[in-house]
Amino acid sequence: MSLITRRNALVGGTGLLLAGCDKITASPTVKNVLSLGQKANLTAQRLVQDRNALAPEFTRADLSPKFRENGTRNPNNDDYNRMVASNFADWTLAVDGLVARPFRLSLAQLRNAPARTQITRHDCVEGWSAIGEWTGVPLGLLLRQAGLSSNAKYVVFHCADQLLGAQYYESIDLVDAFHPQTILAHTMNGQPLSVGHGAPIRLRVERQLGYKQAKYVMRVEAVASLDGIYGGKGGLWEDRSGYQWYAGI
Amino acid sequence: MEAEPERVARPLVYRTKLPVRIWHWINALSIFIMLMSGMMIFNAHSRLYWGKFGANFDQPWLVIGNHGQAGFVRLGGVEVPTTGFLGYAMDTARAFPPLVTIPTGYNLSAARDWHFFFAWVLVLSVIAFLLYALISGHLRRDLGLKREERSLAHLWHDIKEHARLRFPTGEAARAYNPLQKIAYLSVIFVLIPLVVLTGMTMSPTLNAAMPWLLELFGGRQSARSIHFLCAFGFAGFIAVHLLMVVLAGPINELRSMITGWYRLPAERAVTEDKP
Repeated sequence: MSLITRRNALVGGTGLLLAGCDKITASPTVKNVLSLGQKANLTAQRLVQDRNALAPEFTRADLSPKFRENGTRNPNNDDYNRMVASNFADWTLAVDGLVARPFRLSLAQLRNAPARTQITRHDCVEGWSAIGEWTGVPLGLLLRQAGLSSNAKYVVFHCADQLLGAQYYESIDLVDAFHPQTILAHTMNGQPLSVGHGAPIRLRVERQLGYKQAKYVMRVEAVASLDGIYGGKGGLWEDRSGYQWYAGI
Repeated sequence: MEAEPERVARPLVYRTKLPVRIWHWINALSIFIMLMSGMMIFNAHSRLYWGKFGANFDQPWLVIGNHGQAGFVRLGGVEVPTTGFLGYAMDTARAFPPLVTIPTGYNLSAARDWHFFFAWVLVLSVIAFLLYALISGHLRRDLGLKREERSLAHLWHDIKEHARLRFPTGEAARAYNPLQKIAYLSVIFVLIPLVVLTGMTMSPTLNAAMPWLLELFGGRQSARSIHFLCAFGFAGFIAVHLLMVVLAGPINELRSMITGWYRLPAERAVTEDKP
């Protein structure tokens, strides 16, 4: 004798309802339509603000007592561990792609280059925020030095860490690449950048969320299109987890 | 056999105009989706803080979490067990259970897509509604408190009537009553603007464009806290609103919000008015 209890019916009904909802969410058409909202965010945000408008800067009194590390906390692969062991003595940053004069810089050269120091807030897409002081070389300076081609539309950051089984990378467009606060930071709160925060250098692109702040940057590549670069969506989280390329909100 | 009670004439009146009905349903849909996708976004970091920053090492004022299979809500220093509802429910260790989130499983990127799409729907439709309400006179005629309704004595009377579940009848039911007007005005002019502005304050790009928003709300994490308090406000409004619909006659109320036509409730028999 079968007995359909009210609880079973409720659980079964709920299950069906949830499955139905998930089917809607998983539909590529629905996903495409919904992503229009985030595309509108980019258009609207670029419309209402000056391209050089600065992210708010804070004072040392505002610093987070302990700054939470985001994303990879230690790449912990052989190549990276060797670099850490030698204190990044042999590490070089490559600046290449659609540039007239590709070059490489050592960490010592980067540390001696003109720098900007800024106390800014880091906002993770999950919702938390931390305030830290960053010192680094303005990205625009490096791109001008390399003679950026007029065909270049994006700058891609190739990283030393892997997440979700893939190489981490991120990308920004030229509005953010030449923004005065966009720096390759080698110093955090007055100390050389720690492994947890992206040693030897990480990107700070202060008007976007945490997953854009690429850590363990090895190579800066200027490109005309993001197609064909890794998964093609401009970043690891964009390729693997459906996050939007533009992370201004 | 008893005599049929004498029926009081209960005319059907055209009470709710089409633009108001359209906006009501678009807004209802947007707010439900915003709440459900918002709960999924909250699940990504189920702690709230006051001030400019706040992360795991900092002091939250609200945490929805779990100890193993025991869910809890911690408000300040007080921890309340909430297993089965919040923190741990439906075999899931998340602040809000799968039943009430969009999507049901943990998916922050999809929840954000839902949230921002319907944020635009909410904002654009409320702007269109406000323009209509201003130009058509709906705001002044139907939503604004009449001169005589603006006295504390009148409002106190209305509160007592609500508490006794005695709602306006006859011709008086054609118009919104004062508490109803205040509830609707609060949603339109307080809750919606506040939730939109605090949402915008969480945007690092908009912080650069409009730094005064951060000043206004006392920092990004304060804005995030106020954003979630607004969400509780919406949830509270929905609960009371639906309760009122049920108490006032769900079929009649639903018909008036779908077709516009509303049957005026019969005048109460004189005997009910005995002291």
